[in-house]
Amino acid sequence: MKHWFKSGKPWIWLTAGAVSVSLIAVLGLMAMIAWRGLSFFWPAAIHEIEVQANDGTTQTIIGEIYDSEEIPIQRLQESGVQLDNFDEPTLRRILLKVGNREYVPLDFAWVMVPQIVRDETPADLARLERSKDGNFYGYVVAVLENGEPVATGETIRDELDRRIERAVEIGEEADALQSAEIGAINYQLNQLRLERRRLELNDKLTMEAEQAIADREQALRDEYQELEQELFALREQASRDAVVMRDMRGVEVTLPMYRILDATFPNDMSLLAEIGHFFKQIGNFITEDPREANTDGGVFPAIFGTVFMVLLMSVLVTPFGVIAAIYLHEYAGRNAVTRLIRIAVINLAGVPSIVYGVFGLGFFVYMVGGSLDQIFYPEALPSPTFGTPGVMWSAITLAILTLPVVIVSTEEGLSRIPSTLREGSLALGATKAETLWRIILPMASPAIMTGLILAVARAAGEVAPLMLVGVVKSAPMLPVDGNFPYFHLDRKFMHLGFHIYDVGFQSPNVEAARPLVYATSFLLVTVIVGLNLTAIGVRNHLREKYRSLEH
Amino acid sequence: MAKAKSSNLGASNYRLFKDRAARWGVTLGGVLVLITLLLIFFYLLYVVEPIFRGVSIDDKRDFTIAKDGEVVALGIEEQSEIGYQFTDTGALSFFALQSSPGNDWQQGEILLREQVVPATPTSFTATQPQNNRYAYGTADGKAQVIEPKFRNRFVEGIRSTTPHIEYVNGHDLITVDPQGRALTQLAYEYDGESMLFAAVTADGTVVTNYLEATRNFLSGEVEMSENFNSLSLPGAVDQLEVTPNLRQLLIRQGNRLRIYDVSSSGKLSERQVIAVDRRLGDVTTMQLLAGASSILVGHSSGIVSQWFEVAEEEGRRYQFIREFKAADSAIEEIIPEYYRRTFYTVSAGGELGVFHTTSQADLYRGKPEQISAQRVVIDPRANTLLMYSDGQYHSFKLENEHPEVTWSGLWQEVWYEGYPEPEYVWQSTSGSDDFEPKFSLVPISFGTIKAAAYAMLFAVPIGLAAAVYTAYFMSPGVRKVVKPTVEIMEALPTVILGFLAGLWLAPVIENYLPGIVATIILVPSAIVFFALITSILPQRLRNQFTDGRAALVLLPLVVLVGWFSFSMSPIVEDWLFGGNVREYITNELGITFDQRNSLVVGIAMGFAVIPTIFSIAEDAVFSVPKHLSNGSLALGATTWQTLTKVVLLTASPGIFSAVMMGLGRAVGETMIVLMATGNTPIMDWNIFEGMRTLSANIAVEMPESEVGSSHYRILFLAAFVLFVFTFAFNTVAEVVRQRLRDKYSSM
Repeated sequence: MKHWFKSGKPWIWLTAGAVSVSLIAVLGLMAMIAWRGLSFFWPAAIHEIEVQANDGTTQTIIGEIYDSEEIPIQRLQESGVQLDNFDEPTLRRILLKVGNREYVPLDFAWVMVPQIVRDETPADLARLERSKDGNFYGYVVAVLENGEPVATGETIRDELDRRIERAVEIGEEADALQSAEIGAINYQLNQLRLERRRLELNDKLTMEAEQAIADREQALRDEYQELEQELFALREQASRDAVVMRDMRGVEVTLPMYRILDATFPNDMSLLAEIGHFFKQIGNFITEDPREANTDGGVFPAIFGTVFMVLLMSVLVTPFGVIAAIYLHEYAGRNAVTRLIRIAVINLAGVPSIVYGVFGLGFFVYMVGGSLDQIFYPEALPSPTFGTPGVMWSAITLAILTLPVVIVSTEEGLSRIPSTLREGSLALGATKAETLWRIILPMASPAIMTGLILAVARAAGEVAPLMLVGVVKSAPMLPVDGNFPYFHLDRKFMHLGFHIYDVGFQSPNVEAARPLVYATSFLLVTVIVGLNLTAIGVRNHLREKYRSLEH
Repeated sequence: MAKAKSSNLGASNYRLFKDRAARWGVTLGGVLVLITLLLIFFYLLYVVEPIFRGVSIDDKRDFTIAKDGEVVALGIEEQSEIGYQFTDTGALSFFALQSSPGNDWQQGEILLREQVVPATPTSFTATQPQNNRYAYGTADGKAQVIEPKFRNRFVEGIRSTTPHIEYVNGHDLITVDPQGRALTQLAYEYDGESMLFAAVTADGTVVTNYLEATRNFLSGEVEMSENFNSLSLPGAVDQLEVTPNLRQLLIRQGNRLRIYDVSSSGKLSERQVIAVDRRLGDVTTMQLLAGASSILVGHSSGIVSQWFEVAEEEGRRYQFIREFKAADSAIEEIIPEYYRRTFYTVSAGGELGVFHTTSQADLYRGKPEQISAQRVVIDPRANTLLMYSDGQYHSFKLENEHPEVTWSGLWQEVWYEGYPEPEYVWQSTSGSDDFEPKFSLVPISFGTIKAAAYAMLFAVPIGLAAAVYTAYFMSPGVRKVVKPTVEIMEALPTVILGFLAGLWLAPVIENYLPGIVATIILVPSAIVFFALITSILPQRLRNQFTDGRAALVLLPLVVLVGWFSFSMSPIVEDWLFGGNVREYITNELGITFDQRNSLVVGIAMGFAVIPTIFSIAEDAVFSVPKHLSNGSLALGATTWQTLTKVVLLTASPGIFSAVMMGLGRAVGETMIVLMATGNTPIMDWNIFEGMRTLSANIAVEMPESEVGSSHYRILFLAAFVLFVFTFAFNTVAEVVRQRLRDKYSSM
């Protein structure tokens, strides 16, 4: 035994255990995010549960099973729950999502498993996804048109589907009208206001100019009136239908059709239908706008904001990173300056990201942005144009943050290119610049690509600095739209990472939003891990290629 | 000849130019990286620097105004454009200080002069500066209260100001002494509705009148009811002060301060008598500080001492807190600022002093432009200092942006008003107006260190052990897969780790605490036990469990033991802790338990740091030249001996650099600590309590801080501290790593 300990075997196995723990942590984390994120989209069965309380009263609860846990009975008793005829030390309880937020005090309910007297999943139970107040669970009783029932019984599901489709279409039309056309008019009106102010500041606001602006404003207002009429007409149409539902209290409630986005009967679905529904939900999640203070709906603006900011950042970081890497590898001599630059690169990589945020806020937003406003946008003052956090400052800040990633990766690529190639090119009479441009850079391009991908992956996951330099929980307008000049770099934007923080920690209904946060996390993790794996793949491919070149 | 040849053979001028341009361009690009780093460093410094600046008093301008009796008080309007003076003859005159587009006047020009009391007054008093009221006492026991006011008018966006005088209670004088004796000294305050007068009459009696405002329930009108009280004291009274909340009357008799409670309708009851220590010198004056919780006492030795109430066993009592050496001669006057805890002193020798109480900052001492001051006044925004000296007025531009911040205040214990003892406190904002921001970087720096320490406690053993195993024992095929898998953890956005830590791990730890502890104990023991079993297996089976495969073999074992620990948890909880560990810890052990605590942060941030440590340490161990370990093995050492005595020793600088890099990352990490700690700035090593770190503090407070304020600059200072911290860690780690690389290449 003593000999065995002396041989170091147990220590070797313990170090092996550390690897196992790390692996389990990584894989377990990924698996958990994937499981929790994806199960959000799977159509969960709706249970109708009858619960008998300690005093003999029974209550029916309809909802999706959301969570379950084993809990010491002691803790329950301390919180005032009474249970008779139950002697085990622990019991299982389940959390039900009961929805119907406007009719019940809490849209989640804990149910003790031993108290359940009946648990069924009737095929007729429907889940209505609504644009307000979250999901509604219950039985469909009737479909109404102008208050009159048009369908009951057999045909009710088809009728419901058809009418929901119509209401959703009208709703989309109204939204498009509101955001695109009415939005454009508002934007132009604001531009006119700024133009008047600009002329005023330059002392060029003559009577004619003032008249011209007023005329254009009037024209826009007239147009606005027309569109508004159109919008009202659409809303009128949308409020034609309604659906009567019976909820878990047995009460029949009428829900207007324009609030309903989708109706499903998850207890009555074939596997194929479930899979179809699963992918449809994923599609909706990616393409739709958030609802209910970000706790429901999709994450499209966050995806868009993240991608746009990251693209902008890539445009900025690539040339600088590549040039710096070329300098370090091709031009720099072995002197103090080079050593300083190398230390600078290492430190840029090691400085906490929040420090970049602080620097970006102070230097870019307030100092540079404030000066830009003074020079180019005096008409908008005192409301700032670039002197406030925005997508451009975020991109620049993250460009500095990811600069070392591009430099290190590009330099590694450059060092793998055999020096014989450079010498050959120089011997044939090419200048150093020509050698670089024609021979070295094309060969290093996969390495540059690797660096860029890693930079993008880093930027996509970074949140702390963005909280200071431009990200918001809800941006009314995307940074790209149909209004000239189409790219609005001064606007604030939404970001997937910040969305996770905001919805998970700042939202009023954390419990309801949690699956959404897992889904968003899964999306982000997939993108980032995917990007990293791509980068690793490209790099390995590159290594193989040059290894063959050397021989 | 040679030149022509080279140009033919080599490059044309244009190509050479391009080559040179590329060289310069690329060099510039390279240097730009260095410039960026320097820019960050110096920009942070540039923002931080003003908080450590002293007071500057300059831009002197002199003027005189017609003599109108002895000056008893001075004042300045908010824009610093108009000043005013009260004289002992009862005259109030407004004079021009500065001209602006809307106010075109000469400095010193009299704008308005009015005799505010009919007869020559016998006494005078001023309220605390922010109340801006003044009162004259008369020979027949009455008082006239006056408020200088200013009207702003805007014509085409240009502001013009005119002064006017508001007489409180109209021109009717308010009775202070119902017996009609002359008032030789007067004190007055009002809290927006009620008023309190205190006076010393010609025969030395202290009289008070508490004018209590009550709102009539029916008409809603405010009615004033008079409450007269009097008090005879042995000995002469030197000074009277009333606190603006109308709760206390302070009477100074020589070196004795008597504090009276007047909060119940003006009834006088003695609270405390302070005999001021003679060591500080005789008392020459006293003054309430802004916020009115502190008394400043001026002494003949030139010292100013601060006193405020501290909760003691027998209630709240005034206590000596700290002293300032303000001048070499006796302090004649102490002038508090309107809103901040800054005060100005004038000494008998004409010396001016500027101090901040809480930060204990000596901001200025001396005679600006060699002028001896007699009276000094500050405007509400503390931008202008007006000095009266030998019948002449001097106005100065005053720059005193951040008196509340000093280096020692940031890093040492500070005794704040109302606190029982000096403490480290970070509390930057509050709802109350009288609130004084408390900026101590100690609790949040402590939080940073605490979070990093717990994370490292978790990450260093696992990260290093995993690195050693992967580099030294693992078979190459497995290593190819394992290394990138662990490294991909580094790419995981920390916001996701933070979210999982806060919303998933924290409740799990709360509910399964015995499970967590059991895992920490059982997993290593199970591994050792399993290793023992494999060693006594028959040879044929034993060959299956080689060192190279151990990590994979252990995967199911670790999962199994972990699962076992957790499923045992509720039973253990019921058996040992009465079914609720959390309550057991709080009640039986008396330890505070927060749901989001250091254990959660340690585990979550540990996972964020493991890949950093793993990756660098693995590289270091792996690149130890093979001939070293082979030599050791050939000489008969076991693999473990070779590892500990040869490989690890050789790679130790690399391992050190890995730990440093990991520490750098843990110190700067923001999102995990932001989401997984309660963000309370407390100082306690308790593993079940949270903390607030520098980085999280910046993330939480930066969006709400006002640009250019002390708070904003201190947050920049926090960022600067982080920058310097991580700069040091990273640079040391990098230098060590470079050394190591050079050493290996020579081996």
